[in-house]
Formats: sequence, C-alpha cells, structure tokens
Amino acid sequence: MIQVMDRFEEEKETMAAAYAAKMDQMMGKNKDVMELEADLGVCLMGPGMKDIAKRHPGQLVNCGIQEANMVGVACGLSMTGKIPFLHSFAPFITRRTNDQIFISGCYSGANIRLVGSDPGVMAAYNGGTHMPFEDVAVLRAFPEITILEPSDNTMLTDLMEQLTEKKGVYYLRTARKMMKKIYKDSSAFQIGKANIIREGRDVTIIASGIMVAEALAAAELLEGEGISARVVDMFTIKPIDKEMIINCARATGAIVTAENHNIINGLGSAVCEVVTENCLVPVERVGVQDCFGEVGDIPYLMKRFHLTADDICGKARAAIARKRG
Amino acid sequence: MLDKEQVNMLQSFAKQIRIKTIHQMKVRGFGHIGGAMSIVDVLSVLYGKQLKYDPKNPAMEDRDWIVCSKGHAGPAIYAALALKGFFPMEWLDTLNQPGTNLPSHCDRKKTPGIDVTTGSLGQGLSVACRIALGKKQNQEENTIYCFMGDGESQEGQNWEAIMFAAQQKLDNLILFLDDNKMQLDDMTAAIENMESFSEKFKSFHWDVQEIDGHDYEAIDAAIDKAKSEKGKPSVIVLHTIKGKGCKFAEEMWNHHVSVSEEQANEAIAILEK
Repeated sequence: MIQVMDRFEEEKETMAAAYAAKMDQMMGKNKDVMELEADLGVCLMGPGMKDIAKRHPGQLVNCGIQEANMVGVACGLSMTGKIPFLHSFAPFITRRTNDQIFISGCYSGANIRLVGSDPGVMAAYNGGTHMPFEDVAVLRAFPEITILEPSDNTMLTDLMEQLTEKKGVYYLRTARKMMKKIYKDSSAFQIGKANIIREGRDVTIIASGIMVAEALAAAELLEGEGISARVVDMFTIKPIDKEMIINCARATGAIVTAENHNIINGLGSAVCEVVTENCLVPVERVGVQDCFGEVGDIPYLMKRFHLTADDICGKARAAIARKRG
Repeated sequence: MLDKEQVNMLQSFAKQIRIKTIHQMKVRGFGHIGGAMSIVDVLSVLYGKQLKYDPKNPAMEDRDWIVCSKGHAGPAIYAALALKGFFPMEWLDTLNQPGTNLPSHCDRKKTPGIDVTTGSLGQGLSVACRIALGKKQNQEENTIYCFMGDGESQEGQNWEAIMFAAQQKLDNLILFLDDNKMQLDDMTAAIENMESFSEKFKSFHWDVQEIDGHDYEAIDAAIDKAKSEKGKPSVIVLHTIKGKGCKFAEEMWNHHVSVSEEQANEAIAILEK
C-alpha cells in the first residue's frame, strides 16, 4: 500500500545519500549483498564510501573504469550466490555494457541489479556524452529484464530491499540529486503495479522518475483551468502495468506520458503499445524529441528539452482536444 | 634540444594555459581541474612548438591531430586553442554555460580545433588509430597525438587499440599516457595496480619512453624521438601531478571539484608572480 504526501516538499537528503545509507544497512544485514563500482563510487556512495567498505569487508568492490568487465564480474558473482548491485552513471552502465548485459546477464539467467545514476537531464554539466536519453530504450527490448525508475527516496529504498530477494536482471534508473518527497515513509511498492497518486477525470498523466513531480505540478496548474488530471507514477517501465493503462484510458479517455528520456522506446512508447492494442484513446508524449543532450543546469535543460510542468499542461490540453474532436 | 629562450617561452605559455584553465572553472564554479592541469606542460610543447596547425583554418589538410581521450581535460585544450587564436578569448567565460561551444568534455561539432569528440572514457585511442591508419594509407605525413589517463587505461577497449596500433605499425601515432597516479575514487594503484605501464607497452611491441611530464626539454626530446621511430607506434608515459601548478587542486583529493572565486584568484596570483 502506498500513502501519498499531503504536500510535496523536498526530501531531507539526496537520492544518492538515501542509496548509500540503505546499501550500508543491507550489507550489514546480509553478507551476500555486494556493491560494485567502476570509479564513480563516491558519486553515489558519497565521501563516506571508504568507511562503508571498511564496515563490510569484501562487499564493496571497486572494479576500476571498466564497466563491461564489471557486468561480467557481477554475473559471475550472482552464480556463486552473491547479490550484486553494480553502479555507474546511467550511460555507462547501459550503453557501454549492452552486449554483456544481454549475454552474460539476461540470456544466461544471471541475477544482477544495474544501477544507473543521473539519467537524462540530471547529467547536467557533464553534457552530451554523459546524458542518456536512450538507456531505457536500449534495454527495453531485452527479454525478461525489469526496468525501474523510482520517483523518491522512500520508493528507492523499498525497491532496493525487494531487489535483494529477486532473480533476474534489473535496471534501477536513479537520480543522485535532491528529489521531491512523493510518498509517506510507510509506503510499500509492488514491482509491476503503477500507483495513482492523484485522481482526475479528464486526462491521465503517466510519468516516471523526476517527471512525477512535474506531473503533479502540471495537474495543479490544470486544475486552475478547470481540467481534472489523474497522475500515475509508472515506476516499473518494464513490465509495464497494462491493467492500469487500460483503466486510465477508460476512466479519463486521454493520456499524456512524461519521461526524462527520448520519446522513442521509453515510457511513452510502452504506454502507446498498450493503448493501440487495447483501448484506443489520444496519447501525447512529453519527452526528449530524439536529440542529443548538452551541458547546462537542470532547469535550463528541462526547458530546452520541453520537460516542464508547462509542457505537460500543453500536451494535456492537446490530448483532451483530440478526445473531443 | 630546446635553447633557454625556448624553455622560457614554453614555460610562460604553460603558465598562461594554466591561468586560463583556472579562469574557465572560476566563472562556472567547478570543473575537472586536476586532470586538466596535469597535461598542460605537454600541451604547451605541442601548441608552442611541435604541432602543425593553423588557427585560421582548423581543418587544414596537413595539420597534426590531437585526440584527447580523457575528454574531461577539455578546458586545458580550450585555453591553449584560445591563446593561439582558434576562437575569441571571451569564449573562455562560457565553459558549461547553456548553449556554449565549450562543454566540459571535448566536442568536435562545437569547438574549432577539437578533432575528436570524447568524454566516455577509453574510446579515443581507437579513433586515433583509425585516423593514423587513414593518413598512412593516404600517404599523408601528419602526426596523430592521443592523451589517455592512467585510470582510463582500465577500459578494455584501450588494449584492443594498443594491439591494433602495433599490428598496423602506426608510426605516425604518439600516445601520451598521463600517469597522474589518481582517479576519481582513489589512487590508481589502489584500484588497478598497473606496476609499470612501460613494460606493458613494450610487450605489446610499442616504442616506449617514460619521462617527467612537466619537464619541457624531456617532453620535446621525447616527441622528436617518437616522431623518428619507424614501424611502431610510440607511447610517452608522463609522470605527472594531478592539479599541477594550481595550489588548491594539488592539495585536494578529488577529480571534479568546486572552484571558488577566492581559490581561483589565489591560484592565478601565484602563477602570475
């Protein structure tokens, strides 16, 4: 069961800090849990990484700048009963390691948890080389993979705990920065089941990751115009919650998707696949329009790539107009 | 051999590159200062003496090429390029700003004088090999220079390129291995201890030299020798200091750091003395 916050304020700590604290705790509880890094360890685990490593000898391994090798190592570890989480920036843990994830991971039936930090515009000043708008796209066509994009720290840590028990290949698309707190601490999440976090009648906004907070802001703005928008947090991008999409199509008759990703083969595409085959209603997609990233601060980049609450409102109006028209 | 006047010239050019590199990061407030500073003295010898280039025609056919595989050192190259007139000095105020031509990592589509786009580590040497092979096949006489970081050498693709370059006898390729001893998370030796880069390259049939990467005469002589080597690619292993010449960066443990105006001004004042 989830419980949504009454007001959406900033989290008390960054998503990276929440990840590090949870990993520290999980490694203490279970000696088989391992964190593998590829020289971007302090970016996620924080300046205290060495202390965490000391507390749990052998459980935090820095593989060096060699992501493909790290994926293979993790797959091998999983075959000896270990529970590896392996992290790099999102482009490096997905694009650079694509064949290793496919063959050593999915095809071989290994049990690994890929953690890709700072997806999309969250790569900010690291620019186009580090700014993946295609990480979900390149993994979504891998059979049996599960793709998760948590929207706040409560969800992130709950999913991390669940992943220690899971078999298969998981991709956790995670921020490092400060997020909005969406869920009360007591919330529990079911992988594959999306959450309605705001009710509405005229249109449904289906979002993931940082776009969930934008979707909530958009719904607020739309309410001022007399438009009632439902907001769904589709944190499991694969396997997508078909039942929820069909329910939203029937209940609101129009859908807007919002993702910090290329509109090709991400959340928007996944939703369209379900809609076109099951419940034809207008869908409008907010996302990056098939172009490369660039350097800049996050607010600039969100405007530049049309990922703001205003952009969502525009698409919501368009979807509703198509429904009537 | 460099004469005294040349050494003085290269020293003062390096100083300018350092000042302009710190300046870029001061304007933005952060940057990869350590890995940029460690290659400045080699950049000074390249752009100050060894390299064939034309700032007015960055795409000049018979120019020498630079592939900075450790793409985060971009700002040091931008400083050298601006000082040599490839683009206006004002551009150095725009590092990482919205719409900039100077992003944190090298981008050939944005910056005049940048030959190859890098930033995802371990890819530059492969591209450099292919350029070197193409130039040889065209019977052109350019030299292709590549910079690789010591931490970066952990990417397996480098070693595929190292094999390829030797097999193809790419004697128009000179690799600078910037052994600044540190990477983001730790000392390089604590993560993957390579012991001796030289021994590894020798066993891959490369021409190998190992020098102090901050000694102008040694850098210049090593480039001359590497250029004269026939039938083999050359590597010059540079022993360098991460952050070299920038007081706070030398003392600091980090890869990408915030740079306050005060820190930057102090570091620039020391260099200007």
